[in-house]
Amino acid sequence: MKRKKRTNKIIYYILVTAIGFLMIYPLLWMIMSSFKETNTIFLTAGSLIPEKFTLENYKNGWKGFAKISFGTFFQNSFFISITATIGTVISSSLVAFGLSRCRFPGRKFLFAMVLLTMMVPAQVLMVPQYIWYSKLGWVNSYFPLIVPYCFAIQGFFVYMMYNFIEGIPRELDEAAKIDGCSYFGIYRRITLPLMVPALVTSGIFSFIWRWDDFMSALLYISKAAQYPVCLALKLFTDPGSTSDYGAMFAMSTLSILPVLVIFIFFQKYLVDGIATTGMKG
Amino acid sequence: MKKLKSMIYKESVSGLIFVAPFIIGLVMFLIVPLGISLYYAFCDYNILSPAVFTGLENFKTMINDELFWKSLQVTLFYTLVSVPLKLLFALLVALLFQKTTKAAGIYRAIYYLPSIIGGSVAVSVLWKRMFATDGTVNQILHALGIQTTISWLGNTKTAIWTLILLTVWQFGSSMLIFLSALKQIPSTYYEAAMVDGAGKWKQFLKITLPLLTPTIFFNLVMQMINGLLAYTQCFIITQGKPLNSTLFYMVHMYNQTFVYYKAGYGAALAWVMILIVAIFTSLLFATKKKWVYDGGY
Repeated sequence: MKRKKRTNKIIYYILVTAIGFLMIYPLLWMIMSSFKETNTIFLTAGSLIPEKFTLENYKNGWKGFAKISFGTFFQNSFFISITATIGTVISSSLVAFGLSRCRFPGRKFLFAMVLLTMMVPAQVLMVPQYIWYSKLGWVNSYFPLIVPYCFAIQGFFVYMMYNFIEGIPRELDEAAKIDGCSYFGIYRRITLPLMVPALVTSGIFSFIWRWDDFMSALLYISKAAQYPVCLALKLFTDPGSTSDYGAMFAMSTLSILPVLVIFIFFQKYLVDGIATTGMKG
Repeated sequence: MKKLKSMIYKESVSGLIFVAPFIIGLVMFLIVPLGISLYYAFCDYNILSPAVFTGLENFKTMINDELFWKSLQVTLFYTLVSVPLKLLFALLVALLFQKTTKAAGIYRAIYYLPSIIGGSVAVSVLWKRMFATDGTVNQILHALGIQTTISWLGNTKTAIWTLILLTVWQFGSSMLIFLSALKQIPSTYYEAAMVDGAGKWKQFLKITLPLLTPTIFFNLVMQMINGLLAYTQCFIITQGKPLNSTLFYMVHMYNQTFVYYKAGYGAALAWVMILIVAIFTSLLFATKKKWVYDGGY
C-alpha cells in the first residue's frame, strides 16, 4: 500500500515536471537562442545550450534601427506604462471608494456600468475610438495611450478595489466621521493605507497590460523616436529590416524582462488578483 | 465658505465627486466614441474628408464581402476550438495541483507564466520562428525521427492550429481561477461522500464538477469574448496568411479601416462584432439555468 502511494507520487512529479518543461520550453529557447552565435541559431534550433556563449546579439540589437537605440524605446515604454498605471490606480481607487462608501443617486446604475466595461474589451473599440481621437487631434501623440486610463475606464480595477474596500470594517469610517473627518479624509487617511495590497495588484496588472499594448501604439504613434518597445520590436523583426535573428531574440528577451521581473517578485499579488476577480492574465 | 464645507461633508455630494472620473471616462472614452461610430457605420467615411450618409450601403457591402464571411468563419472556428481546449487543460491541471504541497507553488508559477507574457509581441515573434520551416518544432520532430519539412505557417490546414496552440498554451490564468474555486469547496462534502462509499471519480462527477459550474461558466463567457476579439497573434504571426485561412475578424476590420481607409465600413464591422458578442453572451446566459449550479455551499 505504502509502496503504491510512493510510485503514484513519483508518477505525479514526473508528469507535472514534464508538462511544466513543455510549457516554458518556448521561452527557454528564446532566451538561450539570444546567447547563441546568430548564424548557428537555426542550425542548432533543436538544442537549448549554446555551443559558444556570446553577448554579441545584445550589442547588435541594442543599436535598434533608424539610428534610434532600444534605450529610447525602453524609455518611452516606461514613461507610457508608468504614467498610465499611476492614473489608473488613483482614479480607480477614488471611484471604488465612492461606490463602496457613499450613497448617492445613480450609484447602482454606475456600478452596473463598471461591470459592463469589464465585458467590453478594448479591441472592439479600436475603430470607434480612433475616429473620436482623430477628431480630438490626439493621433500622433501619447494622449490615447495614457489619458483614458486616468479616468478609471477599466472596470476590472474598480471592481477589484470595490471588493477590497467592502472587506474593510465600516466602524473605522464611523469613528473618523465622529472625529470630524470628511469623506476625502477617510479615503486618504484610512481606506487608502489599508488597501495597499489591492493597489499593488492593480498597479502590476495595469503596468503589464500597458507594456504589452501593441495595438494602441500601432494606431497612434508614427514617429520612430516615440515608439514603445513592443512596436519597435515588431518593426525590428519584420522581414527586410533585419535578418539578424540573434539580435531579434536578444531584444525579444529584453522586452519581456520587466514583466518577468514583476512576475518573479510579485507573483503572490498576481495570483491573488486572478483568484479574487477572475480577470484575465 | 461654510456652505461649501458642509456640502463636501454631505454623503451624496462626496460620492458624486469620487465617481466623477468614471462618469467623465465613461462618456468621453466609451459612450461618445461608440455613439459617433454608430453614425459613421451608415456613412461613407475615410476620417480625412467629411462623411457622406449612405444608409445601409456599408451593410450591403458586408453581405457581399467574401472576406467578411471568411474572417467570421475563421474567428468562430478558432474560438469554438481554442476556448473549450483551454478550459479543459486549465481544469485538468488545476485538479493536479489541488493538493497543496511545497512544490505546487513553483509548478503553479511555471504554468502561469505563459499567460502573463503571452500577449507580448516578443512571444508572437517567437512563435513565428518556432514554427518556421527550419524552426524548433521541425528540428525536434526531426530528432524524434519524424521527417518533416512542413511549413506550419504556410499551410492552410496547419496555420490556424499554431494560433490555437498559442492560445491554449496560455491556460494559466483560467487554471488559477479554477484552483481558487476548488479550494472553496468544503472538505466535509468529500468526507461525507467517502463515508457513503463514493470513489474518486464519482466524487468528481457528483461534487467537484457541479460546484465548479459557476466558475466554468464565468471562464467560458470571458474567454469566448476574448476569442472572438483575438487580434495581436494573428496580426504579427500570420497576418491572415496563407490564403486568408487565419484572417481574424479584428484583423479584417483593421485592414479595412487603416489600410484601405474605409473607416465607415470599419465602424459597421465593429458594430456587427459588438452585436455578435452580445448574442453569444446572451446565448450562454440563456443556457445557464440548464447546467450551472446556483445554490450556495
